[in-house]
Order: sequence, then C-alpha cells, then structure tokens
Amino acid sequence: MSVDAVTLETRANSLATRSIKTSAKVAGIHLAIRCMDLTSLEGKDSVGRVRSLCAKAARPAPGVPSVAAVCVYPSLVSAAKEALRGTLVRVASVATAFPSGLAPLDVKLADTRDAIEAGADEIDMVIDRGAFLAGDEQRVFDDIVAVKRVCANVRLKVILESGELGGYDDVRRAADLALDAGADFIKTSTGKAGTNATFPVAVTMCEAIREHARRTGRRAGLKIAGGVKTTKTALTYLVIVKEILGDGWLTPQYLRIGASSLLDDLLMQLEKEQTGAYAGLDYFPKD
Amino acid sequence: MTIFEYAPAPETTRANVRKEYGLFIDGKWMAPASGRYFETVNPATEEVLAKVGHGDATDVDRAVRAARRAYEKYWRKMKPAERAKYLYRISRTLVERSRELAVLETMDGGKPVKESRDFDVPMSAAHFFYYAGWADKLEYAMRAGETPRPVGVAGQIVPWNFPLLMAAWKIAPALACGNTVVLKPAETTPLTALALAQIIEEADLPPGTVNVVTGDDTTGAALVEHEEVDKIAFTGSTEVGKRIARTTAGTRKRLTLELGGKAAHILFSDAPLDQAIEGVVNGIYFNQGHVCCAGSRLLVQESIHDEVVVRLTERIQTLRLGDPLDKNTDIGAINSKSQRDKILDLVRSGIDEGATLVQQACQIPERGYYFPASFFTGVQQSHRIAREEIFGPVLSVLTFRTADEAVEKANNTPYGLSAGVWTDKGSKNMYIAQRLKAGVVWCNTFNLFDPSSPFGGYRESGFGREGGVHGLKEYLAC
Repeated sequence: MSVDAVTLETRANSLATRSIKTSAKVAGIHLAIRCMDLTSLEGKDSVGRVRSLCAKAARPAPGVPSVAAVCVYPSLVSAAKEALRGTLVRVASVATAFPSGLAPLDVKLADTRDAIEAGADEIDMVIDRGAFLAGDEQRVFDDIVAVKRVCANVRLKVILESGELGGYDDVRRAADLALDAGADFIKTSTGKAGTNATFPVAVTMCEAIREHARRTGRRAGLKIAGGVKTTKTALTYLVIVKEILGDGWLTPQYLRIGASSLLDDLLMQLEKEQTGAYAGLDYFPKD
Repeated sequence: MTIFEYAPAPETTRANVRKEYGLFIDGKWMAPASGRYFETVNPATEEVLAKVGHGDATDVDRAVRAARRAYEKYWRKMKPAERAKYLYRISRTLVERSRELAVLETMDGGKPVKESRDFDVPMSAAHFFYYAGWADKLEYAMRAGETPRPVGVAGQIVPWNFPLLMAAWKIAPALACGNTVVLKPAETTPLTALALAQIIEEADLPPGTVNVVTGDDTTGAALVEHEEVDKIAFTGSTEVGKRIARTTAGTRKRLTLELGGKAAHILFSDAPLDQAIEGVVNGIYFNQGHVCCAGSRLLVQESIHDEVVVRLTERIQTLRLGDPLDKNTDIGAINSKSQRDKILDLVRSGIDEGATLVQQACQIPERGYYFPASFFTGVQQSHRIAREEIFGPVLSVLTFRTADEAVEKANNTPYGLSAGVWTDKGSKNMYIAQRLKAGVVWCNTFNLFDPSSPFGGYRESGFGREGGVHGLKEYLAC
C-alpha cells in the first residue's frame, strides 16, 4: 500500500490541532501513564538506577496509576524484576543487538533468550534496517519470525526505526511486514536515531495495524517511542490512535508510549489541572 | 477507568457584533435609503445576530457614484507603491484580528471555527498580501508593450459559503490594479464583509474606494444593472450567473463568473488509499459541502469499490458534528434553513431514484440547521444526485472500469470547475488531468489553495480566473 506524503502530513497536522482540555486532559494523562513503558536505556544504567526507576514506575504519585512496564537492557532485567515483585508493572527488555540490530541471527536469538530467562515479560526487538534498505525484506521477515518463535508467549514489539527508513512508503511496508511476521506490537523508534517518532509516522503505523486487523482479525498494538517529552505531544498520539484505530486500542494491551522524562511532565500537568497552578519542578522526583 | 473522550472546547474569543449595521458608502456608515433592515441569523442556534441594512437601487447608485469619484480623484492616480501600502495594512489587520474574525465567520455562517481559523481568515490575509506585492509590478503581468490600466468601478457579488475569503479574493486584485469597488455580500452572511469594511475604514483608504452594500438579490441586480459599473465579478449559483450574463450582454461591462460545480473525484485502484479516503472526506465534507469545487461525485474503480465503501463508512463515523464554535467540530451547521431544505429534497430524490444512503450515526443538535455526513452508493449517471449540485455534505459514489470510462463519466456534466485524481502513477495522473474538462485538477490532493494559483471554471461553471497573475488580468485594461 503506497503512502502519499502531502495528504498524510495534512491529516497528522489536523489531528494535532484537536483541543484536549479539562476532563479530557485529565483522562488523557491517566491513560498516557497507564500505557507508559518507563524507559532507561543508557550505557551508564546501574542496578541502583533501575531500582529507583521501578519505584517510580509502580507508584508515580499518590492517586496516580502505575505505568505499564519498565524498559531496560537485558543485563538489568533481573534487577527490575526483583524491584517490581508484587506490582502489576511488567518488565520489558530491548534485545537483538539493540539499537542497530547488526549482529548474526544466533546472537540476536541468544540475546532474546537471555532476557526472557532473566524474567522479561516483553521483548523490544529491532529490525535490520541495513537488510531492509538493501531490499532483503525476506531476511527482515525471517528474523522477526525466528525471534517470535523464541518469545513464544512473551509479548514481542518490533522496532521499525522509522527515522532510518527511506520515507513513509518504507514505514508502511516495514509495518506490514512486521505485522505479517507475527509482531504483537510495532514500535516507531529506538530513541537512538536522529529522528524519533513523528505524528505522520504514527498515523501510517496505525493505518497498517487497522488494515491488518481488518484483513486477519488479529489486533496488534502500537508503541510510540523516542522524543515524546511533553504532555501535549503524548495527548496528540492518543488522539491519533483514538481517531484512526478507535477506543478499543486505548489500553496498555494495545498501546504503549516509551518515554523517560515524559512522566514528570504528565504529573506536573495533572497537578496543574487539579490545583490550577503549576508546581515547581523540584516537587517531582527526577528519576 | 476514565475514558478518553474530548471535553467541550469552545472558542473563548468573543466577536464584537453590533446590534445594527448600516451600509458602508463613501467612507461613511449610513442608514439604507429605504430605512429597511433584515436580520442575519446564527444557523447553529437560529438566534438573530444583528440587523443589517437592506440596500436598494438608491443605495447602490450612491455607492457606485462614490466609487467613481474615488476612482477618478484618488485611486487610479495614486502611485502603485502607495496602493500596495494600503493593501499591506489591510492584510496585517486581518492577521491581527484573525481569531475574532474567525469567530464572527463561524457565528454568521455555521462553519467549524477550526476551518474559519485555519483556512478562511489566513487565506483572506494571504490574498491581500499577495496582491499588495503585485500593485507596483503590474507591467510584468502584461504582454510586452502593453501598459497596465485599471478598468474602473468593479461591482462584486459574493456568496455565503466563504464570505470573507470571497470578498478578499475579489477586493484585493481589484484594488491592486487601481480599481474601486462596490461589494454586495450574501444575504445570510454579511457580518465579516462588514467587519472588513471596518478594517478598510481604519486603514484609512480614500473614501469611496471600497463600498459595501448589504441586501438581497434585488440589491445585487441593481448593482449589475448600474450603468456606471465597468466590471461585474460574481461568485454564486449558475442560475443567477446566467441571469447576470444576459443582463450584461451587449453592454460595455466586463464580466467574470465563478459558478456551480459537480466535480468528479476519480479514485484508481493503485491510489494511496488511506490518503485518498482523506482526500474524499475533505473534498465533500469540508465546510459542510458548501463548496463550489467540492468533489461531490466519487468515481471509484470497480475493483476497489467495496473496500472504499467500507472505509468511507467507518471514516465518517469519526467526524464530529455539532457546535461550530467548538474547536474539535469537523462538521458545523448548514448555512440556512432554505439550504438544508434543498439538501433534504435532493437526498429524498436520491432515495426515490434507487440509490443507497449511508450516513454518520450521530446526535443532531436540537436547535440549528444540521445535516450529517452522508454518501450514496449505487448512483447512476442519470440520477439527480449525480447531475445537480447538492451543495451539502452528500457524496454520490459511482464506479468505472477503465481510465477512458472515468474521463467520459467525469466530463459528462454541464459543469467544469474542478476535479480530482488519485493514482500512484504519475503518467496516469497526467493522462487523466489533460482530458478532464475542469478549471482546476487536483492530483493526489484536494481543496488545496494558494493565492498564487488561479482558480475558475469553464462551461457552466463560469469564466475568468481569480488568484495568481491570471486574476490580475480581469481587472486590467490595456
């Protein structure tokens, strides 16, 4: 299915003008928190850092729901699992030579297996963009199928890294391919590329998910990731999912927002809606 | 668990509506000669917004004489760069007061404030900016050796679907070329034209350069018939356009007409379908379908007909119909009761003739004139809904098999204003576009406008162009 950039961007921009105020804003903020994969993917991540991330994930603030999952590197999965014992927060792990995906298949599978054995409930894999851009879509497809086989019942999110693909047509083709290969979720970005999630890319991926559901009867999810820092941006993504996929997708089962600093902004905006005033940044724990 | 539903998001800017408006003639606000006023109604609430002066032949005569004096005394003699300054001043004020004008346009006409805010008002300002730039460069709009000269007094009659924008389309090029203007706004939507008159007054244009005479069709007829008018520019129905053409025939008056349409929107099976559906939705539901260039006949390649119908049915359910002043409203109020009655009549004829009606399921507000987003499947070329302009949010879906059949069906109408083509294949786009008898052909998009791009039709959609360098020529003698 080809994609026309002009009308796609017009549509995305028009969805971004939806006015989300008062009760809608509060509901949206709660939903964004419930659908969040609170993420830390830095080289300097440590067990201590993961513990504090998990504490915040489980109880972001009084009266606020916990996030859907924390997302960490495979070596920190067991620490996260430990810290989240007794909560409903899941542990997601990036795998398959994240973020480049440039490793032999057996390394990617071992990476995935390790994360699952350490207790990961969800795997975020990357596609091999090099192979995709070289036209070797079969290899991309086969990789996903192989990783999915290792995952079995563990939820698999497939990162398309849209910022490294050659445009919306590629995004749509990669999305269709990942969905056909059995992805439970398709995810926009690693957060490590120059261009992260954008509204038109999200629209395109929603359309792929919608048509996949229509064609096969199987509902796949969408994960927005990378660069989502403000409440306003997060709410626009909710609008996009609501209007293109429908209310049925507005649950952590089918929608995730991968983010780090976004949570603080959501909490601050929530407080503002409740009290009418912005609290100082230091009222929100930083990590 | 809270559900993510949009809360009401009413536009909070207030528009300053006077209780009563006189006529703007010779730089002054004056009562109509007859002392008669008519009411203008908010179609979303059926409440009266204001009383507006009913101009008659006496008022038109005053206005035309004032325009003639201003033309001879000031405007034609003014240095072109000075004329440009006035136009820039008008455009800047339109930008400064954009939110208030958007609210006013929405209150008087019923269109969603989203559209008046993002389209009507910015595009109106853009037209003044664009033609301001032309004012001192007119010789470049002429053929070599020709000297640009204004035509004189222009009588301009504008419709109710884009009241401010149509006024801007007409006034800006006329003034840039050195003409003076008598504008007759539509009866149901006079308020933004009167607000524009206030802006023109504040911009301190020489008195009489622009005059605004509100009224009904008799006011328009008086303007068309006035001997001192050098040019008539009319946008409106084909029926009235024909009448004007008959009246001006054999006179020295120049005439441009921008009339109705029944545009074909052609969808090939290789189109980028998700965007094509958006194009179709924009093509017919923009401004409740009160658009002369609306893509009101959808010609779908037979192999994708069923899929298109499924997608379109789903898509129209997500359109938000309601209070036009709510920032999330996609479909506002029908402009007037009589227009809604006309839409109802044509929709009934569609059902009677055997087509199948599909509509969005939604709550219709109790007060106000509304009509849900609708389309007909199983439409035949002979049906009234395939031939007559509905001017409402109602699309007729027909099918074709080959490119040549698409062209034949598209051109099988007395109109020729616009058309749209969706295919991922560039050569096919060009092949079809060349063969379509329409003034504007949009390829893989629809309803895209720019002041630099000419707009206009042929056959029963009228003649003459507005916008771009072509739009200047209608206001220049040589």
